[in-house]
Amino acid sequence: MSSNKETPIKTIGFVLAVCLVCAALVSISAVGLKDKQVANKLLDQQTKILETAGLLDVAGDDIVATFNKYVDAKMIDLDSGDFIEGNPELFDERRNSRDATKSDKPENDMAGINRRSHNAVIYLVRDDAGSVKTVVLPIVGSGLWDLMYGYVGLESDLNTVRSVVYSDHKETPGLGAEVMNPKWKALWPGKKIYDQNGVAKVRLVKGGVKAGDVHGVDALSGATLTSNGVTRTLQFWFGEEGYAPFIAKYRSSLGKGGAH
Amino acid sequence: MSSDVKKVLTGPIVDNNPIALQILGICSALAVTSSMANALVMTLAVTVVTAFSNLFISAIRNHIPSSVRIIVQMAIIASLVIVVDQVLKAFSYQLSKELSVFVGLIITNCIVMGRAEAFAMKEKPMVSFMDGIGNGLGYGVILMAVAFIRELFGFGTLFGIEILPLIQNDGWYQANGLLVLPFSSFFLIGFLIWAIRQWKPEQVEKD
Repeated sequence: MSSNKETPIKTIGFVLAVCLVCAALVSISAVGLKDKQVANKLLDQQTKILETAGLLDVAGDDIVATFNKYVDAKMIDLDSGDFIEGNPELFDERRNSRDATKSDKPENDMAGINRRSHNAVIYLVRDDAGSVKTVVLPIVGSGLWDLMYGYVGLESDLNTVRSVVYSDHKETPGLGAEVMNPKWKALWPGKKIYDQNGVAKVRLVKGGVKAGDVHGVDALSGATLTSNGVTRTLQFWFGEEGYAPFIAKYRSSLGKGGAH
Repeated sequence: MSSDVKKVLTGPIVDNNPIALQILGICSALAVTSSMANALVMTLAVTVVTAFSNLFISAIRNHIPSSVRIIVQMAIIASLVIVVDQVLKAFSYQLSKELSVFVGLIITNCIVMGRAEAFAMKEKPMVSFMDGIGNGLGYGVILMAVAFIRELFGFGTLFGIEILPLIQNDGWYQANGLLVLPFSSFFLIGFLIWAIRQWKPEQVEKD
């Protein structure tokens, strides 16, 4: 190809020059677009949380302002169930659950998450009067192909489901990915997580739920493994190693009139 | 000159289609054709990368030492792909969430490499740039055709808009589960190649 004679020095020099130009190009685009990318990611998260709280219609185009107005992010310690100090904006569940000092292996790892972060960020969603209407709890668990991330919105009794919204998953389109189908999401409102004895009974039912079953939701047709994953994820996160300690403490603080 | 440009621009759409005749870039054609929106974004990404990699490689073709030319081409292509991925993340976050893996794999898309080696190393920059756009369009035509069939009959939608109401949404259409899965593209691309060769018999290989 080259018209002039090739020498090793020239070849190395040429490769170095190409590498420098390419590296500069990549760095400029990565650094220059970083702010926009971070904003996009945050916007996506806030949109999902507002959807879980049923506030997307209220928000319209102004996601950030609506989020800041109604949503209060709080850090909690999952083992004790207490609110703790900390900046929810800096919390990263995915990073923490890979860090051995910030996470533990659950004793009963139903959800297949391998490690669970010590802390979590939960979202208290208030109404115009300032009282908590919805508590949004992030969940994560294995589906068929990979971990599925989502949110469960509970009404202020912390038992009645307002919505289940998945934000990030890699399930099969048309089958497991039907967790995103509005028809399926519409089955959730009003379902109860716990029975009278405080045992998490919420689950997906293959072949359709019987009328009057307040804990069951139709499983996804053709996606048994994804459905099992969703059931196990919910059972895990509403069990003792999930949000159960937090829910117990939060309820008792409500009983005493202590509004957080 | 202008007829040359027209030839390199429109030739790859049917006469010298990168997927149907050159049989390049099949793997990504399987992965991203489950919806038309994904196929369109992938087409644009591949077109941009192929056009600019052709342009840059052609511009320095007389200086690239032939002993390291593949590596140099790779470095240029990889940089362009990373830039495209970053731009997608910044301006179309929802699509990049679905397509990020495949956009990264444009680096290994044989069309980009194939055009760099077969065309840009010999021709002038502008005509190489046009060749890149032409091949991107040729890739896109097949992608969009496959995605049209897969999305319409697999999901009952086009660009996410409901065309055939599905039974699970209280409609009448039973979705075709085969078309939802990536390997159905093999059949569809096979049929397309057959159809094109019926129309243009000169594409049929001699025994």
